[in-house]
Amino acid sequence: MTPPASTPSAAAAGPADTVWTEEVSLIDRIPRSVAMIGLFVAFIALWQFTVSVGLVSPIILASPWATLEQLIFVGNNLLSGDYMLRALWITTKEVVYSFALAITLGFSLGVLVGETGFGERAVMPYLVAIDTMPKIAFAPLFIAWLGFDIHSKVALATFVATFPIVVGTAAGLHAADENSRLLFKTMGASRLQTLLKMKLPTGLPHFFTGLKIASVGVMAGAITGEFLGGGKGFGELIRVAASQLDTARVFALIIYLSLVGLATFGLVVWAQRRLVFWQKASVGGDALP
Amino acid sequence: MTSAVTAFAPAGLDARPVYELRNVTKTFPKRNVHALDRVDLTLREGSFASVIGASGCGKSTLLKIMAGLLPPSSGSVVLAGKPVTGPRRDIGMMFQQATLFPWRTAIENVVLPIEIRDGKSAAQAKHADARALLELVGLKDFAHVFPNELSGGMAQRAAICRMLITEPAVLLLDEPFSALDELTRDFMNMELQRICLARNATSFLVTHSIQEAVVLSDVVYVMSPRPGRFVEAVTVDLPRPRTLEMITTPRFGALVDRIRSRLDKGAFL
Ligand SMILES: Nc1ncnc2c1ncn2[C@@H]1O[C@H](COP(=O)(O)OP(=O)(O)OP(=O)(O)O)[C@@H](O)[C@H]1O
Ligand SMILES: [Mg+2]
Repeated sequence: MTPPASTPSAAAAGPADTVWTEEVSLIDRIPRSVAMIGLFVAFIALWQFTVSVGLVSPIILASPWATLEQLIFVGNNLLSGDYMLRALWITTKEVVYSFALAITLGFSLGVLVGETGFGERAVMPYLVAIDTMPKIAFAPLFIAWLGFDIHSKVALATFVATFPIVVGTAAGLHAADENSRLLFKTMGASRLQTLLKMKLPTGLPHFFTGLKIASVGVMAGAITGEFLGGGKGFGELIRVAASQLDTARVFALIIYLSLVGLATFGLVVWAQRRLVFWQKASVGGDALP
Repeated sequence: MTSAVTAFAPAGLDARPVYELRNVTKTFPKRNVHALDRVDLTLREGSFASVIGASGCGKSTLLKIMAGLLPPSSGSVVLAGKPVTGPRRDIGMMFQQATLFPWRTAIENVVLPIEIRDGKSAAQAKHADARALLELVGLKDFAHVFPNELSGGMAQRAAICRMLITEPAVLLLDEPFSALDELTRDFMNMELQRICLARNATSFLVTHSIQEAVVLSDVVYVMSPRPGRFVEAVTVDLPRPRTLEMITTPRFGALVDRIRSRLDKGAFL
């Protein structure tokens, strides 16, 4: 680093000496695309190395090559509309249904808890208590109540995804500052007007943070439900492949499944960009509170 | 002080009283704070009054009571012959923060009070008025800009428009420009004077700046803390319209000194 030109002699030394620029370390100067590809290649190389040296048996860890073969196989199956596509469709339906349910339920509860004294004092403690439980552990109960069909999976996924939305909505309703409240009071706004025109829009960023967490949880809930409760979804395919020790198939299935999760998350990010246009965009960086 | 108010001043002592506070006290029982003690205040039509005092002496509390946002513990607040019991249409208020909503353009923020009171179509019908107001404060080209593209001074000017759109008879201003830099602040004060003179608005300003109080006001009330009460009303007998050049005149200096000496007795500054 060259110090800024503060003395006449330094200024006389020429323009090169007087320019004071921020130093960026070498690793931070790598372009993003190069860095990402480089990391990916390194990861695959390490993976291949581990397998070819024989550090782990291929039954436990499939080689990248075998995984690629399975990716192509599963991809073909999906494209030809075979049983795997039907399974993926079932899981997608579960995700969509439970996400919609979780949003409806979570938003309503969030408004109840965030807007009314009754909700905050009487309902919130119970919600917090339930939220601290390991929700996945309820899976066998949901299956016992709702059977092996899609319903039990939707119920579990909704159960998992509702709480982040409740918390996000309630936090959002509390996000408005004293000035905004006072301003709305001076304008003689009703409670509903204050809610609709001020508190809800102010709270949208928090609401979306909840949605992002929920969009991840909804997939986890659906797949857990399928692992434990059978059915014909993608989780069942993974379970079967795993029981046959077909690790490569499992990897391939998980990769395709994550596309559904990515799509859900992407949809939320897209909706946030459109609705909360005044907020500075960050690439999923604010997914966690 | 009953020095003659010059012919320029619209606020003759004979003007109709609009705001009348009698024996207003306020205690916050929760923290046992005695915020206001027997405050009497009469604001005459078209006059500009300021209140100055130490931080925490109860200025904002007084303003909130006047605006009907907070009930007094005892005493009466009467505006235009009717007691103030809640927020009213004929009161315009402004705070230290502009508080524009980022999802609304400048003009949509300006018509918000109309939208709240009379609905969306009424607000739509007021867009022409809003545009005229924005032009008045020099924001003509920024009507459809979102607040995050406005500077602090511009946002505060839009907030002035939002306050004026309902054509309030009285303006209650709680340190409206104290978040702005000094140059912008001086400019905004002159703007404020121009607007108040043009509309014959009755205004009440809370400020921490003695200069600002003297430049703008017909009367400056000095408030003492714990409990908050007026210890003196200083009449400012400088001609209107006031200019920033007046700050250097001996008369101005004398008024500032007078107010400062009263504040010093309250043991602060
Ligand atoms: N809601 C409240 N509950 C309890 N005490 C309060 C409340 N609002 C204000 N007070 C107290 O009343 C006193 C006066 O507060 P106020 O906000 O009116 O002061 P202020 O003169 O406006 O101060 P500043 O110049 O810093 O804005 C303070 O001691 C404050 O702590
Ligand atoms: Mg205050």
